[in-house]
Amino acid sequence: MDITLADLIPLLPLLITTGTVVVSMTVIGIKRDYGLTVAITIAGLLLAALSAAYLMPSTNLQVTPLMVVDQYSLFFTVVTCATAMFIAILSYPYLANLDDHKEEYYLLLTIATIGAIVMVSSNHFVSTILGLETLSMSLYGMVAYPVHAEKSARFSLEASVKYLVLSAAASGILLFGIALVYAQTGTLEFTSVVNVPSITEGLGDGFTIAALILVFVGIAFKLSLAPFHMWTPDVYEGSPLPVTTYLATVGKVAMFVVLLRFIEVSEALAFDSFILVISFVAVASILAGNLLALVQSNLKRILAYSSIAHMGYLLIAIVASYFVQGSISVEAVTIYLVAYVIMSAGAFGVASVVSSSEQEFNRIEDYQGLFWRSPWLAAVFTGMLLSLAGIPLTIGFIGKFYIFFAGVEAALWVLLAVLIIGSGIGLYYYLRIVYCMLLAADIEQGFEVSIGRNISSHAVLAFLFVLLGRPWYLSNAIGDDH
Amino acid sequence: MILVWLISILFIGGIIAWLSERVNPYYPRLIALITVLLDLVLMLSLLGAELATGGWVAGIDAAWIPRFGISFYLAADGLSVLLLLLTAFLGVIAIGSAWDEIKDRAGFFYFNLLWTLAGVLGVFTALDLFLFFFFWEVMLIPMYFIIAIWGHENKNYAAMKFFIFTQVTGMLMLVSILVLAYFHYIQSGFVSFNYHDLLTVETYGPLEMWIMLGFFIAFTTKLPSVPFHSWLPDAHSQAPTAGSVILAGILLKTGAYGLIRFAVPLFPEASMTFAPFAMTLAAISILYCAKVAFAQVDIKRLIAYTSVSHMGFVTLGVYAWNEQALQGAVMTMLAHGLSAAALFMLAGGLQHRIHTRNMLDMGGFWAKVPRMAVVVLFFSIAALGMPGLGNFIGEFLALLGAFQANVPLTVISAFGLIFASVYSLWVIQKVFHGEFVNSEFDDSHLTDLTHREMVYYAAMMIGLIWMGMYPQSFLTLSQPVLIDLISSAEGIVTSVVRN
Repeated sequence: MDITLADLIPLLPLLITTGTVVVSMTVIGIKRDYGLTVAITIAGLLLAALSAAYLMPSTNLQVTPLMVVDQYSLFFTVVTCATAMFIAILSYPYLANLDDHKEEYYLLLTIATIGAIVMVSSNHFVSTILGLETLSMSLYGMVAYPVHAEKSARFSLEASVKYLVLSAAASGILLFGIALVYAQTGTLEFTSVVNVPSITEGLGDGFTIAALILVFVGIAFKLSLAPFHMWTPDVYEGSPLPVTTYLATVGKVAMFVVLLRFIEVSEALAFDSFILVISFVAVASILAGNLLALVQSNLKRILAYSSIAHMGYLLIAIVASYFVQGSISVEAVTIYLVAYVIMSAGAFGVASVVSSSEQEFNRIEDYQGLFWRSPWLAAVFTGMLLSLAGIPLTIGFIGKFYIFFAGVEAALWVLLAVLIIGSGIGLYYYLRIVYCMLLAADIEQGFEVSIGRNISSHAVLAFLFVLLGRPWYLSNAIGDDH
Repeated sequence: MILVWLISILFIGGIIAWLSERVNPYYPRLIALITVLLDLVLMLSLLGAELATGGWVAGIDAAWIPRFGISFYLAADGLSVLLLLLTAFLGVIAIGSAWDEIKDRAGFFYFNLLWTLAGVLGVFTALDLFLFFFFWEVMLIPMYFIIAIWGHENKNYAAMKFFIFTQVTGMLMLVSILVLAYFHYIQSGFVSFNYHDLLTVETYGPLEMWIMLGFFIAFTTKLPSVPFHSWLPDAHSQAPTAGSVILAGILLKTGAYGLIRFAVPLFPEASMTFAPFAMTLAAISILYCAKVAFAQVDIKRLIAYTSVSHMGFVTLGVYAWNEQALQGAVMTMLAHGLSAAALFMLAGGLQHRIHTRNMLDMGGFWAKVPRMAVVVLFFSIAALGMPGLGNFIGEFLALLGAFQANVPLTVISAFGLIFASVYSLWVIQKVFHGEFVNSEFDDSHLTDLTHREMVYYAAMMIGLIWMGMYPQSFLTLSQPVLIDLISSAEGIVTSVVRN
């Protein structure tokens, strides 16, 4: 097959990020310059996001059997690239004082983003696995990045190894599931598992269900859905803050996009038992995530458990997609994912801004009295937390509103009841942090807050804050797209 | 358009009050007072306004989120106007009660106070159910801050409980609203959250009861009624005085308003079926909370429980669903708004002076603070339902109407009036009569009411006497609205029965 230049245009975001890696690697080879590497990375990711945004209105193509470039994939390419760029900006001051080579971190970040772009554009198991492994491999490195620095977090190596082992196990399960799907359908492309052409005599429905469940379990590991969530709090806690942010946002989004596309195309929800499994995982995630978050005192662990619960909320929209005509549940997933990225990036972002690779401020008590010490940071943090809790005026509420709407249309009363209970429990630990920020500021060894020190990070927070507060523009925009 | 102004003046005033703190720490309270007074004056102009079609005094309807057929639809009728006036009036009173008490971070305090008021005004005027829910939640967050920052010793627990109770039940209401909107979508082909559109939806089957319960639980939590009342004593006892005033005087009334405006008219059939249960809950609230109030030693908790007890008459009146009962419910809302706010202010004033709320430490204050004693006596007597004062009119009408609907429950509820006399007079006796004891607290600040305080109490006294002596001026405003609501609900019920 000849590939012309025109065929390459839809792959522009992917090519730009790949180019960014090559350029920055060469630059590092010639002369190590921290600022320059960061600038190249940010510029490359920005360019990739812009090119995807430029392609979005007009492109809908299958590029090679492995990748599909449509509005959906391009939209999430924009989201991943933009998020990666924000994280690069937040990392710059965070890593500035690391007593080790700092430049390679940005290579890993960009390579991970390549993996994420491949994943959001994949409708073929091969590209899914390629993208997933590219993403995961880079993340192992990123999690353990400050391991040689003397003053850094002690747990980063442990976190990395834990993530590596469990991730590899999950990939194994996923691959086994894929093999069984292949045995049934005779192709590695995403395709319906229900109406299999009779030529490829499959193994029967029992095997199909087993295959689907194995694939789902593999994906659930990466999404840290209960009961496959054990690794999440430890890895979140052990990673440097910007990497935690990356794990929580880009890592989750890319995987979820694949899950949604796979479930839509494969019509897997036609099997009642599969719906049952997903519903069970959703309920387990919402309850486990919220209940376990109650007893945590470390900010990263709280947000880790809260992300487990949020992934559970998202599964409700996926289940609803089977029962509802039209695009409302795909819309719900899209909006909720974007909301989730904004509020997670914002919440972790605040912690990143005040922390550095030498000292992280992860205890709730570190934020005591933030309202009076730095009203600006406290306002952003409160906004993000209220959004995670789903309070109106924020984008998190819009996400919940969509999921409620999809759930009501699909008449999923039990799941909605669990969603309400989960959100109710969630209020407690989000408000606990807010309350701590409201207390009088009388602690001795708090962090210093000065906006001048890293103005660009604050600009990122400001941008996310604005997005947080103007949710309906997003909803109207996405509503028009579909 | 005037409604938008009413709400946005408060929002903007709040921001200005916050910012003005940097210039001078005394500006925020001044700006807050001016803002609310401005609102009050604007509202008075609504009284003279011509009635537009359908009895709506003023309104605005603009597209907001066309994707879901959600519009920015505000309108006020006689009922709303009464409650708007109550809100602004008590807003002024609340600022007065905070005048000397709140010195710490005053700017942020008045910001939260004004934003709560703005949210309440929105609740009383929103006729798009999504917008209603939006305001319902908006008034929550600033109130949380008021309790959590300026509250007393156990403020974290109280604020958290208040927030979780209201938010979780609010989400039940959100689901109900969505189900209703979805029903409308199935029946008419487009999604709408407009109150008038949703009134035409024919809900049926067991689902109607469940949706109705979503609304009912949200509203009776706010009201509150047994068994969802347990947040209220905590919130009240921990909140600063101004917070208690807003909470008891206005926020509780949003629940009652919701029952009258939404819960019953939207689901007339299910409400008729449910009415005996609701009235039973009301009777239990009245008697049980009166009994519990009698057992309290914390004066603010005591008043909080009496609030729950008095609000029982509102539930009783609403679910009797006839004109007298509804008029009684509305009058109780207004009169209780004033009397409870005044009692909380007095309790707060007492706590401010002697730093305790424990009644066991008090006694014989009449000689020390005669003016305060008389004021407390007045409002206690108002609260226990003395003829000639507003509360009597409200509770009497509510019982009169309820008698036509359900005799046994009305008879039982009427005992609440006797209990009210017992606990009210007990408070007077405990705090103001007997030997003066000061071993448990420092009485050096136990001074009588200042002239400024007397002005507030006098204003509320005039209000209560007016309501008691000439209730017609209030009844006239709410009457057409209530008759309208009753007839439209009956129309639906009879048409369903005929089918």
